[in-house]
Amino acid sequence: MGWELFYHEADEGIRGEGKTLSEAFEQAAIALTAVVTEPDLVIPRIPVPIEVSDDDPELLFLAFLNAIIFEMAVRRMLFHHINITIDGPELRGTAYGELVDIDRHQPAVEVKGATATELFVGQKSGRWRAQCVVDV
Amino acid sequence: MDLSRLIQRSEFEWELPQKGNMRVPGVLYASRALVEAMDEKVYQQVRNVATLPGIVGASYVMPDAHWGYGFPIGGVAAFDPEQGGVVSAGGVGFDISCGVRLLHTGLTIEQVRPILPDLMDALFNTIPAGVGSVGQIHLSDLRMSEMLRGGAWWAVEQGWGLAEDLDHIEEHGRMAGAMPEHVSHHARRRQADEMGTLGSGNHYLELQQVTDLYDTDTANRFGLKPGEVVISIHCGSRGLGHQIGTEFLLEMVKAAKTAGIALVDRELACAPAQSEVGQRYLGAMRAATNCALANREIITHLTRQTFAEMVSEAALTLLYDVSHNTCKEEIHTVQGRARKLLVHRKGATRAFGPGNAELPQEFRDSGQPVLIGGSMGTASYVLAGLAENEDKSFGSACHGSGRAMSRRHARQLWQGRKLVDDLRGQGIHVRSPSMRGVAEEAPGAYKDVDRVVESAEMAGLARRVARLRPLGVVKG
Repeated sequence: MGWELFYHEADEGIRGEGKTLSEAFEQAAIALTAVVTEPDLVIPRIPVPIEVSDDDPELLFLAFLNAIIFEMAVRRMLFHHINITIDGPELRGTAYGELVDIDRHQPAVEVKGATATELFVGQKSGRWRAQCVVDV
Repeated sequence: MDLSRLIQRSEFEWELPQKGNMRVPGVLYASRALVEAMDEKVYQQVRNVATLPGIVGASYVMPDAHWGYGFPIGGVAAFDPEQGGVVSAGGVGFDISCGVRLLHTGLTIEQVRPILPDLMDALFNTIPAGVGSVGQIHLSDLRMSEMLRGGAWWAVEQGWGLAEDLDHIEEHGRMAGAMPEHVSHHARRRQADEMGTLGSGNHYLELQQVTDLYDTDTANRFGLKPGEVVISIHCGSRGLGHQIGTEFLLEMVKAAKTAGIALVDRELACAPAQSEVGQRYLGAMRAATNCALANREIITHLTRQTFAEMVSEAALTLLYDVSHNTCKEEIHTVQGRARKLLVHRKGATRAFGPGNAELPQEFRDSGQPVLIGGSMGTASYVLAGLAENEDKSFGSACHGSGRAMSRRHARQLWQGRKLVDDLRGQGIHVRSPSMRGVAEEAPGAYKDVDRVVESAEMAGLARRVARLRPLGVVKG
């Protein structure tokens, strides 16, 4: 598994790792879903385009997470996984998920936004890592 | 937190000495045990806040403080715009003007107990709560702008509230200086279906019983009697506030750099208050404050409707409505001189004392009601502001008990269904769409609210008036 939640006293830390920057971002997006529900409970039946840009890889990561959080909020959706490509400052991709099903997903909490706390995008031990704390 | 780096000024006051790039010292108000239990990150965040330009007095910490983002939760800091002071999106947080209001019901525990389970079911069915929930009110762009200017006044004008509530809300129900034109299309979209919704996480509607009075005279002024049933509503500015916080946090990371402010933590994202970005944020943040005030007024309306159908004798009147994620322009006397300051309270409640001109006439002698939320199984408190707190933390107090462990840890320790059953055994009826959410909000995941409130009183931040025991909870 290339994602995990890490400790924060009041909120949640999310972390993704992978062989590429894109993969680390994609894995972190699954961790974002895990803050709300078990990702395996989400069926990837509806595609939603995601597109953001920023010259700074860390701010690009925050913009990416915030774009997903926005789509979750306005579409009342949860996402199973996301496929993206990153080309310089440009990130494009598609998130796959479904409408919130209270009984099946038992969603614990809304994610309000991605914070710069514990924000890191870069390489650790030869693997790409993307992480931050999200406010819930 | 390692106490060896602090200077103990009194039993409940600790100084974090000014050093390095700190512009002022830090001051923590709490017992030894509570300070010791605070995360080391709180220490660092207090120091970080003290480095921001234009900070006045000190970087303050309330007894319920815990690790936040940028500012600690339970952090208070005031900045002087005339002295290059900043406004910080990170210092307000994502849930702008999240707060608590307390309603009298005019009912006793004896009247409510027989119908409590049915009442909780009715409230749960009426008030949208939890992830993905939507309200019955859907606003056009024009009406949303009216709401963002009008706050609770707007809700009352629409028929979703009572005029007599307005003077019992901070800012008298409407934050001046709101600029809806600076609220983005994205923020408006996030709010389109969320008016009158409770939200999730630690937000709740709770029926409570007044169990203890500590200050009978003030309790009488507040109309609180032992055995009375009251209602607490805890929620904020919903998606609109979250989106404004998100957008300005990122913009202010860059604005700080442009202004030559070296942030020791990007989460301190800020801009000079008098800059274009600073003014735009203040306008949008004040609009989000009005959104929160309108939202709590609408939820109150739904609650009144439910009570009217279930208990004809009920008379729901508002004691007070306080916000605890705010930045407010206030005049404070600092070293004998009145100064207009931007007071940031992040997870901290305004606690103005007797005589403060901001308060409605009926609270001028007592100080404002300070509402402290507990968790599902523990007490909540009503306190009253103290005049002498003006010199301690610009008239601020704690806002809740404060988390003591992460959500994940709580999930490992408790099961939602069992917790609901256990609480029912204690006479507390919980209604929630998510058992995972209930587990993450387990009472044991929070600090001991009794100790937090005791510290607030002993430190001279506010005085205890009444203790409230939960009877039923609608949890988002």
